[in-house]
Amino acid sequence: MNNTVTSEVQPRRPWVNRRTSLKETLPTVAISGVLSFGVVSYTGLAGPLGSYLAFVLIFLVVSFLMGLRHDKVKATDKAMTTLVFAGFFTAFIPWISILFTVFKRGASAIYWGYFTTDMSVTSADDELNLGGLSHAIVGSGIILLLASAIAIPFGIITAIYITEIKGKLSGLVRVMVQSMSGVPSIVAGLFVYTLLVIGRGFSAVSGAVALSILMLPTVARTAEEVLRLVPEDLRTSAYALGATQTATTFRIVLPAARAGLITASMLGMARVAGETAPLIMTAFYSANFSTDFSGHPLASLPMYIYQNFTTGTDLALTRAWGGAAVLLGLIFILFTFARLAGGRAKR
Amino acid sequence: MQVSLPERRVITASRRNSDKIFLTSVTAGALSAFVILSLIAGFLFFRSTEVFQTFGLKFITSSKWDAGSVEDGRAAQFGVAAMLVGSIIVATLAMVLALPFVMGTALFLEYYVNRRIRFLLVSILDLMAAIPSIIYGLWGYLVLMPYASDWAASINKYLGWIPIFKVDRANFDASPFIASLVLCLMILPIASSVAREVYSRAPQDQITAAYALGASRWGALRAVVLPFGLSGLVGGMLLGLGRALGETIAVLLTLNLVFEIKFQVLASAGGNVASLIASRFGEAGALELKALMAAGLVLFVLTLIVNFGASFVVTRSSRGNS
Repeated sequence: MNNTVTSEVQPRRPWVNRRTSLKETLPTVAISGVLSFGVVSYTGLAGPLGSYLAFVLIFLVVSFLMGLRHDKVKATDKAMTTLVFAGFFTAFIPWISILFTVFKRGASAIYWGYFTTDMSVTSADDELNLGGLSHAIVGSGIILLLASAIAIPFGIITAIYITEIKGKLSGLVRVMVQSMSGVPSIVAGLFVYTLLVIGRGFSAVSGAVALSILMLPTVARTAEEVLRLVPEDLRTSAYALGATQTATTFRIVLPAARAGLITASMLGMARVAGETAPLIMTAFYSANFSTDFSGHPLASLPMYIYQNFTTGTDLALTRAWGGAAVLLGLIFILFTFARLAGGRAKR
Repeated sequence: MQVSLPERRVITASRRNSDKIFLTSVTAGALSAFVILSLIAGFLFFRSTEVFQTFGLKFITSSKWDAGSVEDGRAAQFGVAAMLVGSIIVATLAMVLALPFVMGTALFLEYYVNRRIRFLLVSILDLMAAIPSIIYGLWGYLVLMPYASDWAASINKYLGWIPIFKVDRANFDASPFIASLVLCLMILPIASSVAREVYSRAPQDQITAAYALGASRWGALRAVVLPFGLSGLVGGMLLGLGRALGETIAVLLTLNLVFEIKFQVLASAGGNVASLIASRFGEAGALELKALMAAGLVLFVLTLIVNFGASFVVTRSSRGNS
């Protein structure tokens, strides 16, 4: 690219915005801004949301009218463009609100001791400088690690079956994984409850089994996509050198897809880190710091939030927001690592 | 002179032992999904047979949920009709609310922004899909509900003459409307990513042809992309419906469970199978627990049917075009 002049003819994508349209957009924005300001001051619509709604509706009408100067086709196009933009950006308002509330309200619950103390001597109604969620973080970590230990191997084996062995049952296995991803979390919880909890009591292991059921399909599907990205040449070269299928899979294909498989695992963990419903029936909750994962209830971040929510007092709710902020932070970290690991799971 | 042809070499390709072991163990592992699904169905069915024997079809058609009491001599009675209808109402309403946003998001990302911005926005959307349901529930109850109750009140005021917007008492908190608003948000990422996937496969030559014939951008989308992507949109929405039907915690936190079949979506009363299980589980006796298992089985079968429908529609649409 340094000194050579390239003049490849690129196919034009006709829907790419042309600069000239800015000349028409600006007046539209200005007119509808003024009009919606008027509407908001004289009618019942109030607050940021009301103003937004007024602006969108008036923008819709104004852009249609502006387009009408050309012809009806242009006018419809403008109006629909406004609707598509509105459809997309309106969906983002609640999410911004969620992130904002979680971190703003959560911040008031968080102090240094929040990460080093548990709730064994603190009640949910005590002041916010007492107690913390170390027990929930450690509990969540234990349950997640156990769940990963079950779900990741099985998920990757499932993906290997579909992409490497390409057996007769590939279609069936894919359908099964697909329908497994639709299993409601509460049903997974009920199942593990009947299987492991009845007669034995709540435990982290049963929680992990429940979560692994929900985790497996995510891992399997992402891993499948990742293994498909491994070039077929690598496999044929390995076979040509006399490698067995076992050797090809373990020494060529899996190492080549390592980054992507890490991504798959992280996405699976992020998917289940916030599951609450199955934990109500399996690991339950305990206020004490503990690393004992069998035979006793174990705390986790979602259950910590849920417990504080059901307590319902102002201080408990603040604690719930604090837990939510920590949980969301954990999930975002998992997600960022998944992206950084470099597996470009195409979606 | 006689030429003796060399004998034809017979090549036998038998797998090595290591490969045989590999093949068997991977196949066995891959069937885990199948095994787990059948175990779930089997266990729930096994545990709930007593309930189905006792109550028969009334378990599905009755909406009375009463654990009974020994002192009053009341017999226990369990029926999930109200919860089942409630689940379907909430999930369907969530679908209806989400539809314009799913279409808007999918079209916007695929045809209105350039590649780099799309990658960024899709990453953000994926991240939003990872927000746990308990946080959606917390936000729905504490932040959204005050607003949404006001909206519900205004809808009731101006459109109250439509039967589903009627209410008996002016209490708009914890209504199916609010629960479905939260669900609508939760299913938006998954539904729009499926729809986007199918929209992106719309035939490029037909789009170009539409432009060549003088169509505007919307004209091309309407003439080519929307009809082409219809099945993808339906599939994505069905997938979202499956998620919405099975969602537990977010609905539990934002919906007031009432054991009565109601179609007033703005009133503070609704039903939901998944939330029923989570809410009654803690204090359930032996028989009620079995009734909850039966409710879980009903929910499992319902979501399985919806999901099969969704994947059928999606695979058919993608196969037809490749």
